Amino acid sequence: MALATPASHGASTAASLTTELTGSKRDVRGRAVEAVLLATLALSLLILVALVVNLVQRAWPVLSGRLGDFLSSGLDASNAAEAGVWQAIRGTLTLAVIVAIVSFPLGIACAVFLEEYAGKSFFARLIRINVRNLAGVPSIVYGILGLTIFVKFADGITGGRTVISGGLALAVLVLPVVIITASEALRAVPQSIREGAYGVGATKWETVRSHVLPSAAPGILTGTVLALSRAAGEAAPLLLVGGITGLLRTGDQGLWEQITKGGFTSMPVAIFSYARQTGADFQAVTGAASLILLILVVLINALAIWLRNRFEKRW
Amino acid sequence: MMDTRVTVKSQDGVEGMDPNNATETAPVFRTRDLAVYYGDFRAVRDVNIEIRGQDITAFIGPSGCGKSTVLRCFDRMNDLSPSARVDGTVEYHGIDLYGKDVDAVEVRRRVGMVFQKPNPVPKSIYDNLAFGPRLNGIKKKAELDEIVESSLKRAALWDEVKDRLKASAMGLSGGQQQRLCIARCIAVKPDVILMDEPCSALDPIATARIEDLMQEIKQDFTIIIVTHNMQQAARVSDRTAFFTTEVNPESDRRTGVLVEFDDTQKIFSNPGDDRTEAYVTGRFG
Repeated sequence: MALATPASHGASTAASLTTELTGSKRDVRGRAVEAVLLATLALSLLILVALVVNLVQRAWPVLSGRLGDFLSSGLDASNAAEAGVWQAIRGTLTLAVIVAIVSFPLGIACAVFLEEYAGKSFFARLIRINVRNLAGVPSIVYGILGLTIFVKFADGITGGRTVISGGLALAVLVLPVVIITASEALRAVPQSIREGAYGVGATKWETVRSHVLPSAAPGILTGTVLALSRAAGEAAPLLLVGGITGLLRTGDQGLWEQITKGGFTSMPVAIFSYARQTGADFQAVTGAASLILLILVVLINALAIWLRNRFEKRW
Repeated sequence: MMDTRVTVKSQDGVEGMDPNNATETAPVFRTRDLAVYYGDFRAVRDVNIEIRGQDITAFIGPSGCGKSTVLRCFDRMNDLSPSARVDGTVEYHGIDLYGKDVDAVEVRRRVGMVFQKPNPVPKSIYDNLAFGPRLNGIKKKAELDEIVESSLKRAALWDEVKDRLKASAMGLSGGQQQRLCIARCIAVKPDVILMDEPCSALDPIATARIEDLMQEIKQDFTIIIVTHNMQQAARVSDRTAFFTTEVNPESDRRTGVLVEFDDTQKIFSNPGDDRTEAYVTGRFG
């Protein structure tokens, strides 16, 4: 009986078998889905390309005319011919450094506690949910928080409307993102890695430090890169905390004085400031500044990815 | 269930050990009415077993029979599952492992474990091996070098990796990784090595190497191995414990029980229990 089945099937002639195997019973639905997916990808890329092309077009007078001058001039929203992004670039880089110094260790420590120590208690779950909610809080709200706490309350430490206050506000803003991504990276470390450490008599902290964190490091770093890019692109909280929009005079202040006492600006704040001005010349300035911010963010990401790869190769 | 103590003594006599020497005959582990619960689910119950030193003891049985759960009581690895609860006693050289002042970390330094999936850390081969000794406060490079070399030699891995100790352990094959994990275990000079299905992720050649390795190190370590592979148990072990599951007719839940514990040869040739015979002859499980 069992043997008869293939025999009866094989009764079809070689010719009919050929038509069956090569027949046009195409997977129509599958191909349609593939086409739709490809179209969405093309659309996304098209929008991105259009954006960049538009920016370059708009910025062309500045890029071709006075790029070097533009890169080395300070913030000046009253005279398009004098306007530049030097202070803004420096401000954004300083902010990025402060964000990295403050939010990375703090966020990773929080994540380690939540994932490795807090357990599954009600309290721990409550905190996890709230961290997720915090990540969704609009950035302007963090601006208000920064204004109240860092500028006004902690005036003595931050120096008021300084780049330190701005950096701290941004650090708090990205902290939930750092915590969430670091938590996810820690959770992705297989239990077997932890058991390996426990199996030779490691304590909890020894296990976390020597096994869990190194295994989670690439994932954690990816998360922090995302956080840094987000911080570099934020304008709203900085406007509240005191990012300078009109004209920034640094006079003869030294670097340290500028950081602790002086006013500051950043790329998004400068773009906001230039975009508010009328006239084609300021349009060009805005476009050029946007393009430079884009390049800056890509560079920060590239640097972080390079660091991550280097870090990974050490093992 | 069975009188293990009698068999232990007669076996000792056969091997020519001095029955009056207490250190030779005292079991390394002795459990009394051991039961493990996960939440309110009883995974295994009424395990009474004595594990002799310098033996390879195999735990066999169908899935869910609690053999791994029992194994993980011997180094308190069950502590890591928050819902696990242990009832009864587990004695290690006469000391209750679940006693009040017993530090699980100290237990695990004496009772090492090799896991089902090779689990080296994404660090160098050297660092994987030096991890345990460093925990024990060994800092001198020469001393660490010596431990790394001797552990790798004992695990029959030295010749394959001696030129790339600084390379990532993740670049090794599965079988090499598992031997690395055994070497990592040996490096802290434990008293007992627990192996939880150490070959289930390996091909037959790698498995054979691990089995040879077990024979080589058995005079220095007491080994307990959980395995799904009956031939493996028959090949490598001196003593075999057969576990099976009992279904509670009311709740339809399965609980593991220890059916029989005896010399491996007897378990496979002349088992005392019908269930054991059904399992080892392949009629069940």
